[in-house]
Amino acid sequence: MKPILEVSDLHVSFRSQDTEVKAIRGVDFTVGEGEVVAFVGESGSGKSVTFQTVMRLIPQPPAKIDKGKVLYGGRDLTKLSEIEMQKIRGKEIAMIFQDPMTSLNPTIRIGNQISESLIKHQKLSAKEAKERAIELLKIVGIPSPSERVEQFPHQFSGGMRQRAMIAMALACSPKLLIADEPTTALDVTIQAQIIDLLKNLQTKTGSSIVFITHDLGVVAEIADRVAVMYAGKIVESGTLDEIFYNPQHPYTWGLLQSMPKLDQNRDQELASIPGSCPSLVNPPAGCPFTGRCPHAMKICQEEMPEVTKSSSSHQVACWLQHPNAPEVKSPIEPERRWVD
Amino acid sequence: MLRYTLKRFGLMLLTLFIIVTVTFFLVRMLPGTPLANEEKLPAEIREQILEQYGLKEPLSIQYVKFMGNLVQGDLGMSLSQNGRSVNELLSDRIGPSAFIGFQGIIFGLVVGLLLGIIAALRRGTWIDNVASATAVFGVSIPNFVLAGLLSYWIGVKFELLPPALWGGYEYTILPSLALSVYVIAQVSRYIRTEMVEVLEQDYIRTAKAKGLSWSKIITGHALRNAMIPAVTILGPLTVNILTGSLVVENIFGIPGIGNLFVDSIMVNDYTTVLGTTIFYSVLFLSVTFIVDVLYGVIDPRIRVSGAKE
Repeated sequence: MKPILEVSDLHVSFRSQDTEVKAIRGVDFTVGEGEVVAFVGESGSGKSVTFQTVMRLIPQPPAKIDKGKVLYGGRDLTKLSEIEMQKIRGKEIAMIFQDPMTSLNPTIRIGNQISESLIKHQKLSAKEAKERAIELLKIVGIPSPSERVEQFPHQFSGGMRQRAMIAMALACSPKLLIADEPTTALDVTIQAQIIDLLKNLQTKTGSSIVFITHDLGVVAEIADRVAVMYAGKIVESGTLDEIFYNPQHPYTWGLLQSMPKLDQNRDQELASIPGSCPSLVNPPAGCPFTGRCPHAMKICQEEMPEVTKSSSSHQVACWLQHPNAPEVKSPIEPERRWVD
Repeated sequence: MLRYTLKRFGLMLLTLFIIVTVTFFLVRMLPGTPLANEEKLPAEIREQILEQYGLKEPLSIQYVKFMGNLVQGDLGMSLSQNGRSVNELLSDRIGPSAFIGFQGIIFGLVVGLLLGIIAALRRGTWIDNVASATAVFGVSIPNFVLAGLLSYWIGVKFELLPPALWGGYEYTILPSLALSVYVIAQVSRYIRTEMVEVLEQDYIRTAKAKGLSWSKIITGHALRNAMIPAVTILGPLTVNILTGSLVVENIFGIPGIGNLFVDSIMVNDYTTVLGTTIFYSVLFLSVTFIVDVLYGVIDPRIRVSGAKE
């Protein structure tokens, strides 16, 4: 598969007067053409920051790209000027945000918010752009689009706003769509509808999607490949099957175990990973998961493990992969079904 | 929206009625009478004058008559200026007042808006500091002090502009400037605060993610939202211009309504005091009314909730 986005050794930090938070600490990944890659991890693991860096949406300062490359179409996005970036945003790479309530401008008609990028990137006239906006609203499944196009965001329900956001992102047929927790703010039924919509659109347009989420159920529905992030690093990545049926990193185990089962006993407490992410002001020298890992060893605290490959697509950064490490069996029942 | 507008309009009339009633009785409590050189007047002449102006009747009758005339738009005869009606006096004086007032508020709005936007975009730089200093300065210096200073320095010392009186356009600049500084200060402060807040909103990030240019984002997405709260202060600002004009007109010797108002209070010219009060009230109430309706125009959310009401 031809890669469309290649990120290598990306380091991003946030500086305030006397502290420096190292939010992204050496992230490598590629997104192939037509591929859906999910990025999972808990809050603060650096998923959103990574992709806001790709889009250059993080405010600099306080953020600073310390190191690394973001290659898109042979160009390093970290080096482009603001004007050049404006030609990429919305046209080549589009983004959908978490909260459709606040991500739409309350004082501008939905139609005009969709038209903006069409007028800017495809040089359409206002009239043509409006017609196209109506078409787009229809594509994302909004009923009576020609009336809806004149309405304001507050006249839309949460799910419809997210549909409008998707219409906005798709307006210029971007090659890469970054969906930053697009379903988190929605209720479960609407979530499923939005995921279906994204899946269908992806099959039709063949664009690549990066799906940022902390909901593994959503990942199982949509992703081809999964990258698990923790404390500013990718700790494990692989195909959907590799991550769900043959997970190697104790953090991935923890995440999978935290998923409630449908047949779970009612009075059984929901599983969780004890502890919390380490502070990234002074990130640990070793593996950042050491403090919460039930299998931590002495070496884990001292040195960051190398990335090892267990297949051409499956990579893990964990000392348990070392030949001398004790054998630890995955606690995930291999027969558990994740996807219907 | 229509129901809301009508309701607001009804409330406005009620407010006006209360203001007129209260003022009517309050002016009568001023020490002295409208008669100049009261002690020297023979008793019969005094009686005759009072009779002529209807001041001998019981206060309640006077009130009813006054209100009756008011409804027909007649503010009565001035008690101090022989043979002239208050309506006439007001229409004579409105020109200069309106001119320096409008010029002051428009200049203040434009400069304040620009200053606020620039300060918000260049947060923490010297421009921002200059803007904050201007705001503090403008809010804390009363405009009569400023009027005096401007008249003295620019008018008398440097002779750049006429220090007072009323002639051509150049006579309007200093009074307008004296009135506008407070507007500049308030508007720039509000716009800066709002702008800073709006620029951190999610929808600004969305706009940026669409590839819009910075100037498009500011004018198309940020400014409108930043202006909603700023519209609120338009009412109080106009009041400030109005009250400020009372003093500023006197300092610069401008033949405006402010001047008329102050003079009429000095000589107990009841009808003129009432007339000018009504004039100011109507102006103020209309401004707040327009501002309330403007809200709905700028912010569609208010438009809708008003309609549902």
